[in-house]
Amino acid sequence: MAMDSAPVESMAPGEGHSSENLATPRSGRTEDLRLVAAIRAGDQRAFLSLVERHHRAMVRLAGAYVPPGAAEEVTQEAWIGVLKGLHKFEGRSSLKAWIFRILINCAQFRGSREARAIPFSALEGDSSEAAVGKERFLDADHPRWPGHWASYPAPWSEDRLLSEETLAMVAKAMDGLPHAQREVMRLRDVEGWTSAEVCEALEISEANQRVLLHRARAKVRQALEPYVSGGTR
Amino acid sequence: MTNGSTPDLACKEVVELVTDYLEQTLTHDERTRFEQHLALCGGCKEYLREIRSTIDLSRKLSQGALAPNVRDELLNLFRKWKAE
Repeated sequence: MAMDSAPVESMAPGEGHSSENLATPRSGRTEDLRLVAAIRAGDQRAFLSLVERHHRAMVRLAGAYVPPGAAEEVTQEAWIGVLKGLHKFEGRSSLKAWIFRILINCAQFRGSREARAIPFSALEGDSSEAAVGKERFLDADHPRWPGHWASYPAPWSEDRLLSEETLAMVAKAMDGLPHAQREVMRLRDVEGWTSAEVCEALEISEANQRVLLHRARAKVRQALEPYVSGGTR
Repeated sequence: MTNGSTPDLACKEVVELVTDYLEQTLTHDERTRFEQHLALCGGCKEYLREIRSTIDLSRKLSQGALAPNVRDELLNLFRKWKAE
């Protein structure tokens, strides 16, 4: 757990694996093409490696478009689409983004039949939502510290952060997020995708992606706060 | 916390910049102001730490292996495709 207490100067921005390579590296394309060739040649293990890597994330994402019971089925449909379309994959996007586009198309098609389609481009545009409730800050007309913390957020307890209960709480808080926020946070923080990959797969702008991620993380933090506060620092 | 010519960021503004900071999309000036604020503000430093903890926690939600029955179904699908 990176609960760093390092001084500000040495705080490296970014969060490790999720921000290392914003673009698909060239070697990734070679690897994608190699994998596609292997699958087309009938290599079952190559197919399984893809499935192991993406299937669960696909089912969850499909769940944003179709009722939960249909998500697994839609994902299987998407895999059929992937296999049938493999000869058309040219490596212009990453294989991952290409697979997720197929999934989203399948899910949207099914979702529209079931009148539940919510495009990611029609996002919760509530940019007025604050990351932290305004009651936590001093008023804008405060003589000395306008807009500063009324009282600092309490440090979190390491012990509680490590508990299974806390993890379950994170999962619950994420489930309660508006769907676009939830999917972006899942792909970025749970699955470890880069922002470029998320934008490509969901067809949203970098700015939109950041707003969604920002709202999502802030809400999950807020949901955790009452349970994990009380550490010492 | 005011000692320069540029207006200081309020904590309320800083918490809204945290994601841009972590995503490295702040301009050089914004980033400097952000870090200067953090150097002096324990509350915002704690907030950033908590957001980082939240990210670390959510990363742990990534699940393990596929359920065997799902794996088998997908393999069947693959074999069928191959046979076509």
